[in-house]
Amino acid sequence: MELLLIIVLGLLYAGGVYFILRRSMVKLLLGIMLLGSATNILIFVLGSIVKGSPPVIDADHDTFSGIYADPVPQALILTAIVISFALTAFAIVLLKRVYALVQTDDLDNLNTPEEEDI
Amino acid sequence: MTGNHILASVFIHLFIAIFQLIAWRKTVTQRILSVGGALVGLIIAIVLFQQVYLHGTYTLNAANWAAPFGIVFAADLLSATMVLLTSIAGFAVSIFSSTGISRQRMLYGYFPIFHFLLMGLNGAFLTGDIFNLYVWFEVIIISSFVLMTLGGRKQQLEGAVKYMAMNILASMFFLTGIGILYGITGSLNMADLSTKIQEVENRSLVGITSVFFILGFGIKSAVFPLYFWLPSSYHTPPSAVAATFGGLLTKVGIYAMLRVNSLIFIPDDFTRKLLMTIAVLTILTGAFGALIKTSVRRLFSYLIVCHIGFMVGGIAMFTKVALIGTVFYLIHDIMVKTNMFLIAGLIRQLRGTMSMEKLGGLYREYPKISLLIAIVLFSLVGIPPLSGFWPKIYLFRESFSQHQYVYIAALITGSLATLYVIAKMWAEAFWKETPQGIAVEDQFAPLPVYRKILLVLPIGILGVVSVYIGINAETIIQVADRIANELIDTSSYIKAVLKN
Repeated sequence: MELLLIIVLGLLYAGGVYFILRRSMVKLLLGIMLLGSATNILIFVLGSIVKGSPPVIDADHDTFSGIYADPVPQALILTAIVISFALTAFAIVLLKRVYALVQTDDLDNLNTPEEEDI
Repeated sequence: MTGNHILASVFIHLFIAIFQLIAWRKTVTQRILSVGGALVGLIIAIVLFQQVYLHGTYTLNAANWAAPFGIVFAADLLSATMVLLTSIAGFAVSIFSSTGISRQRMLYGYFPIFHFLLMGLNGAFLTGDIFNLYVWFEVIIISSFVLMTLGGRKQQLEGAVKYMAMNILASMFFLTGIGILYGITGSLNMADLSTKIQEVENRSLVGITSVFFILGFGIKSAVFPLYFWLPSSYHTPPSAVAATFGGLLTKVGIYAMLRVNSLIFIPDDFTRKLLMTIAVLTILTGAFGALIKTSVRRLFSYLIVCHIGFMVGGIAMFTKVALIGTVFYLIHDIMVKTNMFLIAGLIRQLRGTMSMEKLGGLYREYPKISLLIAIVLFSLVGIPPLSGFWPKIYLFRESFSQHQYVYIAALITGSLATLYVIAKMWAEAFWKETPQGIAVEDQFAPLPVYRKILLVLPIGILGVVSVYIGINAETIIQVADRIANELIDTSSYIKAVLKN
């Protein structure tokens, strides 16, 4: 399971970096989203994935013995997902507005000279 | 010491924003709430600073979860100073905005978002938990996105795309760093991390993690290879917004670097060399960028980049004297950079343009305002005894004893370039006669007197603070000295947070 997740997150990082390096605005957004998902999975993997060992200390023990499913990374991912959801929603609206104004998807064309700086 | 009141400076801005949302579209109420609330916030920050200065670090455990398990807020002297500076700058910008922002932007919620931004800044300075710092960073950037795009002009939105992409990327690097850091240490509390990171055996993994943090904070604070988003976006929003961004947002990156490098990743030889190279190149590129710009605000944008390099160099040396210089420069820089963009806004009001080719004759027509601006420009350049002069002594002295001669050369080049561009701007905008054949649209003269005062007063307030920092440098150096001590020897911070 861990190996599979690691391969998946490697692919996501690679895809995200590739998309970010493209000149299209939509692909930039897709790249950012892929990198965000990859980061979330990375945090998930770092919280040691095990089956059937909840983070509860047995009655006859004082401390954890052996590996347990750490709940903290999952809480972190939840927060990160909510934040990236809001950011993505904003980014989509922004890019749509820019497209409506500039009529292009090319990031290199976003340099309208200021006729007058405000 | 436990003190639940340290979050007051966060909550005051939250409450102002909520009340302003209730008073939606009532711009007069929103303006009064904003200026009054910012004043209350300033008083709270002064009280907090005084308490922390007298009694040491205050902490607050959220929901009474003992550190390191819950989220901790800690107000040490560095945090309290940053909150105080944010509140002063926020108060000044709030006064300026009440006249300098168009009614259209106010109707779309400029003021609530501005106070959410200040709330995020104060939260970021006060938190003692690295993931919580990330969350505050997100509060800051999402508010700044809205402020950046508010108004929806074409150039503004184009600048916002670059700003958004780079800032989201920076958060991603930061979050990745936090994830790996949690993986190797199992903690998120910065004081706890500082002890646990020493026990990690795989040092190269720690090194790689620190690079993620340098990348994330580097994009935020606009250092050399990562700064391109700043000059291509900061000239687009209204001047009051640019003042908040230019004065405070890049400095959050520097604050985070100071915090993380002092507590978690104590700079080793490699990090020092890396940061020093970055610092030198940042100073040089910022200075050369400023040389060729003819619009006042683009010029100031490059000066931000240039002066960030001064502080990164101080962090790279990471000795007590260097940190005194860095912290003093940070204090000076927040006040002056905020003021510079307010001045750019005022020039635009006076002349209807910011291009140096079209400006001129300001000194003849507005001698008093020009003199006020001259004092601010002098502090930026660092003419003794004004505020920009003192931190540079410390940075020079320490770079001589550390044999960082390239950094000294960069410091001199950066300072001279600053002097040159400011002198050029002064000659072009203030001393030169108004160019022939250009219709001057003075939007300032027809304003009623109280609105004129609202535009000039914040520049005066920040100017007085700058002069105070310069004349009363001894006090500021005492504060900077104590902060530098706390950054070098973090045991008092760790003790206050972990209570052992």
